[in-house]
Amino acid sequence: MNTLVNWFSQIGSIVKFGLLSIPQRRGSVAATVIGIAGVVVVLVGVLSIAAGFRRAMTASAAPDSAIVLRSGADSEMVSGFGRPQVRLIADAPGVAQGPKGPLSSAELFVIINLPKRSTGTDANVPLRGVEPAATVVRDNLHLVAGRMFEWGRNEVIVGAGAAREFAGLEVGSQLKVGRASWPVVGIFTANGGVAESEVWTDAAVLQGAYNRGESFQSVYTRLTSADAFQPFKDALTTNPQLNVKVLRQSDYYAEQSETLTRLITTLGVLIASLMAVGAIFGALNTMYSAVATRTREIATLRALGFGSGAVVIALMLESLAIAILGGALGGALAYAGFNNFQAATMNWQSFSQVTFAFAVTPPLLIQGIVLASVIGLIGGILPALRAARQPIASALREL
Amino acid sequence: MSTMNDGKPGDAGLVRIDGVEKTFRRASEDVHVLARLDLVVPQGEFLALMGPSGSGKSTLLNLIGGLDRPTQGTVTVAGERIDTLSDRRLADWRARHIGFVFQLYNLMPVLTAERNVELPLLLTHLGKAERQKHVATALAMVGLSHRAKHYPRTLSGGEQQRVGIARGIVTDPTLLLCDEPTGDLDRKAGDEILNLLQALNREHGKTIIMVTHDPHASARASRTVYLNKGRLSNEPVS
Repeated sequence: MNTLVNWFSQIGSIVKFGLLSIPQRRGSVAATVIGIAGVVVVLVGVLSIAAGFRRAMTASAAPDSAIVLRSGADSEMVSGFGRPQVRLIADAPGVAQGPKGPLSSAELFVIINLPKRSTGTDANVPLRGVEPAATVVRDNLHLVAGRMFEWGRNEVIVGAGAAREFAGLEVGSQLKVGRASWPVVGIFTANGGVAESEVWTDAAVLQGAYNRGESFQSVYTRLTSADAFQPFKDALTTNPQLNVKVLRQSDYYAEQSETLTRLITTLGVLIASLMAVGAIFGALNTMYSAVATRTREIATLRALGFGSGAVVIALMLESLAIAILGGALGGALAYAGFNNFQAATMNWQSFSQVTFAFAVTPPLLIQGIVLASVIGLIGGILPALRAARQPIASALREL
Repeated sequence: MSTMNDGKPGDAGLVRIDGVEKTFRRASEDVHVLARLDLVVPQGEFLALMGPSGSGKSTLLNLIGGLDRPTQGTVTVAGERIDTLSDRRLADWRARHIGFVFQLYNLMPVLTAERNVELPLLLTHLGKAERQKHVATALAMVGLSHRAKHYPRTLSGGEQQRVGIARGIVTDPTLLLCDEPTGDLDRKAGDEILNLLQALNREHGKTIIMVTHDPHASARASRTVYLNKGRLSNEPVS
């Protein structure tokens, strides 16, 4: 026990000398801290795009909400139902009931072109036709400006993200769809969810405007509970009158976001890994200079009886401390620079734009710190071994 | 073989060097620094080791202090053969038996005088209060109690060397090894250091081996041996 305490005391002393001597080599330490911070900013920054996109896609999906598509369809774009099938779905067991009937919204989905505010170029924006239950089958829908559209009229409400990203969607402006002009009467939020990227109107009106007859593309339902999902799914998938695919909304959106998040994550990790290699050399340089400037001090400690193992551990801890400082700085910069940064991108599954906010989440910050620590430890090991292996007698004579 | 045995017949001596050779390899050449040396240093002796630069004085001191190993021969200190110890055991052994005093003091610039003196005690099992007591005693012995809280850069060369000596004696080591302790000091400061070493030897019975090339310093020792071209003698080599 005493030996262990003694050993920790040795390590503590050497770490203390190292940290106290940082002001003497502040240039190289600062370069390493900034280098590692840069790597962490890039990693956390890029991954915050993926996290933000995923969060937007899944934010309004409660566990007791489901979406029904035609069997084989992997998005609403390629799905389709007629009125009779929609009724069967709304009447299925497990669908929650509201004052005006089942909480089920049969919806259709078309894409319109609107200019992006940032670039002026046209982008695909989803125009969704919904039924009255639409606002309760999704979580946290709130009108923040104007009013709800009137059922049966050519009016639209606009998600806050869409209103922010695309021109001509302010309350009071006219949205040109085909030959008709549809007034924008309200702005709504959906807890940052994907619905905020959309423009909504009455499904029946949209069917008329696009000559869709009584066809729909999806049915959104609120179930009596999360546990009601399986019976609901079983009832629909075993019904011979239906040929459908039933998903929890959360799973559907997670699936929708997978391609893009995987692409962004792969790119982010690749870029950060390449930068990390550079940062390792920075850390190596710093620690070699730390060892070089303290050769005589380290040799003196070893002459006094401090162990080589303690020297190695202490120098690696010092490198780790510098790296964690860089990681924390990078995390803070990434948080300040990227968290809640508003953007829009193409959802390749629906070929329409999704507005979202970059999300610098705690797990991402932890990943950043872990990466910084790995850089610090790899950068510290060779200089530490060198310090511990130098012959004491010759190192003592170093100036 | 060069033999320097000042011990009584049959006296093993505190330090015993038997047939020690040391060869360094530089480029592709072997450089023989010490050639079959024998030396016995009795307990309580103040031995000066003199010789010109490159004569192997510091190498011999490093072998006695367990900082290096001989190519051949044995080094025994306080009855323990140290040339066969592993690096780890040698480090423990140094902590227990050896106090070092260096020419350039080798103090930690980021630590105060008292924290520098405390360093070897961190390798013992003493608690903080006990360490503090030992540090105070050591600093008092070198007359620097009033400079305990000062950093090395605020101390004169002589004062820094006195801190170095306090660090060397704070664990009450078996042996105090001094490598040119006055080499970087002016005559006055050097004299103060020599007075201190002499007092440690005479009043506290400390065994001291001091490497020096300064006859003025070696005159303070109780015995002087001379090293030239890797060989020991009792007389200076002209």
